[in-house]
This record gives sequence, C-alpha cells and structure tokens, in this order.
Amino acid sequence: MNGKTLVLGVIGSDVHAVGNKILEISLKEAGFNVVNLGVLVSQKEFVEAALETAADAVLVSSLYGHAEIDCRGLREAFIEAGIGDIRLYIGGYLVVGNQPWEETRAKFEALGFDRVYPPNTLPEEFIPQLKQDLGIEE
Amino acid sequence: MQLIILIDIGSTFTKVSAVDLETARFLGRFQAPTTPANVNEGLQVALTGLGDELAQAGATSGDIKRARKLACSSAAGGLQMVAIGLVTDLTAEAARQAALGAGARVLKTYAYELTDADRDEIAQLQPDIILLAGGTDGGNHTTIIHNAQVLATLDLNVPVVIAGNRSVAPEVAGYLKNSFNTYITANVMPEIGRLDVEPARQVIRQVFMDTIVQAKGLAKAEELIEGIFMPTPAAVLRAGTLLSKGAPGLAGWGDLLIVDVGGATTDVHSLGMGHPSRSGTVMRGLPEPFAKRTVEGDLGVRVSALPLVEAVGAEVIASHLGWDPEEVRGAAAKITANQDYLPQTSEDVEFDQALGYFAAKTAVGRHAGRLSEVYTPTGAVWIQEGKDLSQFRAVIATGGVFINSSAPAAMLEGAARDNSDPLALKPVDPVYYLDGDYLLAAAGLLAEDYGQAAFRLMEHSLKRVS
Repeated sequence: MNGKTLVLGVIGSDVHAVGNKILEISLKEAGFNVVNLGVLVSQKEFVEAALETAADAVLVSSLYGHAEIDCRGLREAFIEAGIGDIRLYIGGYLVVGNQPWEETRAKFEALGFDRVYPPNTLPEEFIPQLKQDLGIEE
Repeated sequence: MQLIILIDIGSTFTKVSAVDLETARFLGRFQAPTTPANVNEGLQVALTGLGDELAQAGATSGDIKRARKLACSSAAGGLQMVAIGLVTDLTAEAARQAALGAGARVLKTYAYELTDADRDEIAQLQPDIILLAGGTDGGNHTTIIHNAQVLATLDLNVPVVIAGNRSVAPEVAGYLKNSFNTYITANVMPEIGRLDVEPARQVIRQVFMDTIVQAKGLAKAEELIEGIFMPTPAAVLRAGTLLSKGAPGLAGWGDLLIVDVGGATTDVHSLGMGHPSRSGTVMRGLPEPFAKRTVEGDLGVRVSALPLVEAVGAEVIASHLGWDPEEVRGAAAKITANQDYLPQTSEDVEFDQALGYFAAKTAVGRHAGRLSEVYTPTGAVWIQEGKDLSQFRAVIATGGVFINSSAPAAMLEGAARDNSDPLALKPVDPVYYLDGDYLLAAAGLLAEDYGQAAFRLMEHSLKRVS
C-alpha cells in the first residue's frame, strides 16, 4: 500500500461497468487504497465519498459522450465541501464523434480537471503520472 | 413447569408476562401503572396481579418469587441519543442507524463540524448517550477531532460512544476522557459502501445496562428483578431477528416486517437484506443493515393523532372514511388533547381503524426502499434506494390499536404495496400476523439465554389474521 486513497466511479447516467472494474484492479495492484463507487455515480456521491475517506484524488470515467454536462460544477462542488484542492482526473469517451483531442482536453481542463485522458488510455500509461502527481516514490 | 417472568417497564404501564420455559407457552400477563418516583411500587402491583392470574395455572407466590425476572424499559423517556457524523448521507446516517437499532430515540443527528450553538443545543437536549462517528477508517480525521474538542466543552455528564475513523479513535477519546466516560468501538462505516453498526449497538446496550438505568432511577427495580437488560425497542428488534433467522434446530421465517403502531410513534422493523428482486437493478445510497428500525415521531394513534392527520392529509383520511375533512381534524384534535382517550362510539372505533391503517401505510412507505427509472443512452435502468421489501412474506403487527381492533388485517393492509404507488418497494401479497399477547418484547428478552424457547413462544403466540 502506498498510503494514497483514490475515489473512482462512472459519472452520470452511464452504466459502463467493465472499464471501471479493470481500473479498480490495476490501481489496487499499484498499491492504492481504492474506493470504487461503480456506475451511475452523481457529483454528490463523488464529493461525499472523497470527504469521508479524505481521498487524495478523484478519478472520473465517462464512456457515453455526455461527460461535459455531467461534470459541470463538479470542481465547484468540491470547493463548497471544503476540499477544493483535491486532484481531479477524467478519462473515457468524453465527447460524441471525432472532435479534435486538444479541444476536448482544453474543455475539461477549463472544467477543473488536472488531467484529461483520451479513449483507450492504458493503466500503465497513466498510473506513473498519477504516482508522480501524488508524490509517490517508486 | 419452569416459570420465567418478562417485564416491560413502559412510560405509562409496567407490563409483566409469565412464560413456561418447558412448553414455551404464554401463561398470563398483568399490567399496572408505572410509578416513576419508585418503579418498584408499580412493579410490585403488577407482580401481585400476575400472581392472581397464575394461581389458576397452579403457580404459587413462591414460584413467582423464585422465577427469573428479566426486564426491558422505555420508561423515563426511553434511551435518548444524539448521533454525530461527517457527511449527512454517510457516517451521520450510519450513526443514526446504529442508535435506532440499539433501541434509542434519536433526538437529533448532526453532520459536519459542530458549532458552539450545536453544543449548547445538545446540552439542552440532554441525551443519555452521544454516539460520535465520522470518517471512514483511515479517512477524514479532522472533523471527528474537531467535534470531540467541541464536545469536551459540553457542560453535561454524558457517556460518549466513539465509532468513527479507527486511526484517530484513541486521540478522540483523549480529548473527552477528563469529563466523560468514553467507549471506543468499531467504525459504523469502516469504508464507503459498508455499514458495521452491530458493534456500536452492543456497546450502547452495555452502557444502557451499566449506567443509564442507574441514572434514570430505574435501578431500584433491580431489588425485585435480575436486571433491566435493554430498551424495549431493542428487545422487539431482537425478537424479530430471532424469528427471521431461527434457533438451533428450528427454521426461521426468513424476511419479515414488524409494524408497531403506538400512541406517540410508529416503529417499523425490517429483518432481511432487501436486495433487489428485479434483475438489472442498480443499488444506490447507503447499504442497509439486516435488522433495520425506523421510528416515525409524527405517526401515532393517540398523542400523535393530529400530526398523523397533518402528515397524511385530512382530505385523504376523510375520503377513506367518507367523512368531512373538518370532522377528521376535529376527531384527531380531540384525541391528541385527551391523554386518557378511549374510543366510545362506533365513529370513534371507525376513526381508530383509519388512524391505524394510515399509520401503518405511511410508516412502512417511509421504511421501504424506492425504485426510480433512469434513462441512459443504452436504455432505461432501474435504481433502487433502500430495502426492497416486496418479497417479504410475513408482516407482524403489534401495539394496542391492532390488538383491540376487530379487523386488524384490514388495518395492516396499509403495510402492503398499493397500485397507486408501484415504485415504493412495500411487501406484495404478505401474510399478516398479530402479536395478540404483547409478547414480542418479552420474546426478545428471552432470546438472550433461551433462543429456542423464545422462538417457539413466538410461533405459538403470533396469530395469523389473513
């Protein structure tokens, strides 16, 4: 265990459960304490779980193209709860169709996410970044 | 015959029941007004009355004197608690659940950081026990520590049960130990999505037995009896658990519901996990304890008759009875105002029947989980919050309004699913039983040392009414 707690879940009216489960397993293997909220997770549930568990980062997945609507106000909700400086990550099929990735990334960074990952990102690609962001020595 | 006497020291009546342990049969009961200044007086009257009842069964006064006597109590306001947690829907709710399941009346539940005003309010509420939770194990610790520091300045001698983040429990106790008796137990919510309320319930019960009974002036009764072992609602929940799970060699009844309609409150106890009965349903919200108790302070058939009418709507009750809404309000106001009310006329009886029906209907409706439909790009998905009671087969009624009714099953039908609200997960097509001898609390007391006898006692005495 590396002592860092992560909250993860699939936001909004999205029921894609498989990637979420794979993510949980990979993150546990990497030594994280994982609080997996599963699918159909509301903003409120992300915030409350992060508060109770004193989470170090929140990992939001979205695979159905409506992430922008679902994530509006999420950073603000964390600020309201007094944990506004928590690290926020998002990944998946965030928008519908083939929009330029840089635009999508910029859109989600503007919503308050620290890192934004495109579809088909493998755990081994972003886990080292996550560890680096959270100050975990390899 | 092996006589045992089970006692319920209530706020108005002290009720004593005699049971033969060998046959697991109910022998008789007697009740006398509770005497708050010295509970022994009322208890003695009740025991003497029971002696006369039992003389016919061949028991002598010596038999009664020698019999084990176990009691539960809801006198002197019952067990009153304040529950404290971090997030309203998470540890604060888990703490509330733990307190309710321990048989407490929860005066108030606090979430997030306590303020000085909250502390002053707690001082006025004068709880018997404070349950302090907050943070999952290894999670948030700042709030529970802050709350302990605020509580440390509370001008009230009250035991504090600490059931929060395990990592800081000793530190939390450290802030409190100079002025309070503290008890550390397992976290009511060790991780998100997992409830662990049973250890806290056990500790609360122990504190109740060891100190609250004393503080409430009930300990005097222990000259006549072995002890007051739990608050009455905890005894009912325990009886329900035994009936559901069974005893060694005796198969339990499975999932069941107990509806206890009283004058001031309506309690609902569900025994069963209540997992979704419809496939593909997604569970949301706090996980539910196997043994869950809810208390509705605005639903009752005597002092709470008027609040009940307000909660349900006078028009709804009026149309059910074929009365005028004003008549409904008037009748309820009369009952609420008159402590010694007894139904006299046929209208009174009819109104009692309606009050019982709507108390059961509303209380079970609030206790039961709900389904809601969410539309996703891949189709509709059902979300369940709370327990699915639809497959619960047995619904057991207890309380005077049912026992005195000539049609208890009709009253109990309020507990079942109705087509006007199909998304409320109430029992579909249940079988109704009546606790006609007021034996549930007694069976819960008996369950401690005599599980099989307690189980058989309930099987003998619960009467099927549908």
